[in-house]
Amino acid sequence: MLPNRRGYFGEFGGRFVPETLMNALEELEQAYSSAKRDGRFQKELKYYLSQYAGRPTPLYFAQKLTKKLGGARIYLKREDLCHTGAHKINNTLGQGLLTKRMGKKRVIAETGAGQHGVATAVAAALLGLECEVYMGTEDIKRQSLNVFRMKLLGSKVIPVKSGFRTLKDAINEALRDWVTNIRITHYLLGSTVGPHPYPVMVRDFQSIIGKETKEQILKQEGRLPDYLVACVGGGSNSLGLFHPFYRDKRVKFIGVEAAGRGIKTGKHSSPLLAGSVGVLHGSESYLLQNKDGQIKETHSIAPGLDYPGVGPEHSFYKKIGRAKYVPITDKEALKAFLLLAQTEGITPALESAHALAYVVRLAPKLSKNKIIVINLSGRGDKDVHIVAEALGVRL
Amino acid sequence: MSRISEKLKELKKKKKTALIPFITAGDPDLKTTKALVLEMERRGADIIELGVPFSDPIADGPTIQAAGIRAMKHKISLEDILKLVKDLRRKTEVPLVLMTYYNLFYNYGIERFAVQAKKSGVDGVIAADLPVEEASELKKYARKNNLDTIFLASPTSPPQRLKLIAKETRGFIYYVSLTGVTGVREELAEDLISSLKRLKRLTKKPIAVGFGISKPEHIRKIRRYADGAVVGSAIISVIEKNLKSKDLVKKVGNFVRRLAQACY
Ligand SMILES: Cc1ncc(COP(=O)(O)O)c(C=O)c1O
Repeated sequence: MLPNRRGYFGEFGGRFVPETLMNALEELEQAYSSAKRDGRFQKELKYYLSQYAGRPTPLYFAQKLTKKLGGARIYLKREDLCHTGAHKINNTLGQGLLTKRMGKKRVIAETGAGQHGVATAVAAALLGLECEVYMGTEDIKRQSLNVFRMKLLGSKVIPVKSGFRTLKDAINEALRDWVTNIRITHYLLGSTVGPHPYPVMVRDFQSIIGKETKEQILKQEGRLPDYLVACVGGGSNSLGLFHPFYRDKRVKFIGVEAAGRGIKTGKHSSPLLAGSVGVLHGSESYLLQNKDGQIKETHSIAPGLDYPGVGPEHSFYKKIGRAKYVPITDKEALKAFLLLAQTEGITPALESAHALAYVVRLAPKLSKNKIIVINLSGRGDKDVHIVAEALGVRL
Repeated sequence: MSRISEKLKELKKKKKTALIPFITAGDPDLKTTKALVLEMERRGADIIELGVPFSDPIADGPTIQAAGIRAMKHKISLEDILKLVKDLRRKTEVPLVLMTYYNLFYNYGIERFAVQAKKSGVDGVIAADLPVEEASELKKYARKNNLDTIFLASPTSPPQRLKLIAKETRGFIYYVSLTGVTGVREELAEDLISSLKRLKRLTKKPIAVGFGISKPEHIRKIRRYADGAVVGSAIISVIEKNLKSKDLVKKVGNFVRRLAQACY
């Protein structure tokens, strides 16, 4: 069973944090492991996931897209239909309930795209928790709609002006807050990154995606899919889809990294494809760093993928060859965004459009009896401004 | 015995608390850092910590973050700082400690780092994001090369962790005075003295207190309960205020002198 007791997936993971956080992480690990075994906790979470977040989400057969690409049968796991418009709520409801269980009254979070920030703000409003969200000023500019949504929900958004002013720096600032207010605060981390137990806990909360997919595809197709495809930022939507299929060796996993303007330009967010192993934000994993070990600036049109690190479980999947990782550029993602809008009437989040873009390449090469499931991790309303700008349209 | 342990033993006999200034290497440039180390020693520093700038200093407040940014403008690397230490060793025997984040050691290669650090004349190393549980590799090569691995303890560490930290640390225990990041504070944390008394009962190893120690008065309050006082942000603030002054080094020296006088 992975991770091991110290939070390692093979050689990746661990708990590299200032001593001040160690006791809180041990407490969190214990609280989570007892909640996991507690039927009442699970029942409450299930209740909120179905009655509040709208689960199960459909596994939609994209007939027109399948026809247009002319190859494998394409299914979309519709996480975009979750309350708040992305998979992030699966995790924030779980950790929100856990926060109450631990008797803490305040949560903090980081956000890039604003989706995790909004999902945290929603959970905090629902569960009566105080909430502050750290967000890089670069992302505040790019995702202004979500910034306002968080404020409407009663959360405070704290602009982060340090570093490159994106997701990485928001995590730094959230960690500094946590070190300071540790006794009353839970850090509601939004992806499968960070120190143990976050990577495994967030993966578990997101695994509902893969569990539902398995049931749904068996019902609809009578067999498991051939490919699961998802975008990889920190790794939570992808691992949520992949993990329940881990032992089904014939199901291939494809993780799509953001290649930005192209891996060769250096302006990308592809640690698994172009990075090296190091330690950032509490765990040992692949990351983008220069020869001296300083973390590099990243780029992606999708703010939720604009991060130099990746969850340790993905590094492990890469190492053992369980998943294949592929690059998709800004341009390809944009094209896929438009394609889905116009063939199926669905505007995907730019993050999810990366997964879609790879399938645009893959599906035509496969025979018509193959099955692909794409995780449509979020909806694209938040990205309309970015897309307009990229198309040269002034709103 | 290491230079650090020897120094602390000698001061203990004199009933003096060690003054341990922290500055970021390369802030504002390496030449000034060199001059600062020598001046601080001359004005009463007993052990000196050199921060190696890292892009993502999660345990640091605004002052040390800003120092790191000033230093990184010159693209300063761990290698450059090891060279600086080597250079300093021709002029001084003051114990020197490198403090940074684990990725810089990891990236350099832990074994290679331990060997080169020792060769250059470094006495101890601290990684602010490396708890004892994750330190087996660093400990292994540091011990082989007689390099002290200094671990942090904090107000949130329960007794069994404090014992573990006390057992694993070399040179001294670095006690974080408050729950928070580095930075100048007006007052000491309320529970600091009682925490130090409790820690003293758990261990015979020397204890240095850092994070928030900002003025002579703070040192006077803790000196009976601590073997050392680390002052970082307050000194860096003097650097920051005098970046354009030709008296930068002297002004830092004057401040260090005042701090040192509070150590007796
Ligand atoms: C819609 C959407 N998809 C994907 C991601 C990437 O994160 P992860 O890899 O954790 O799923 C984000 C992150 O903000 C997101 O908002």
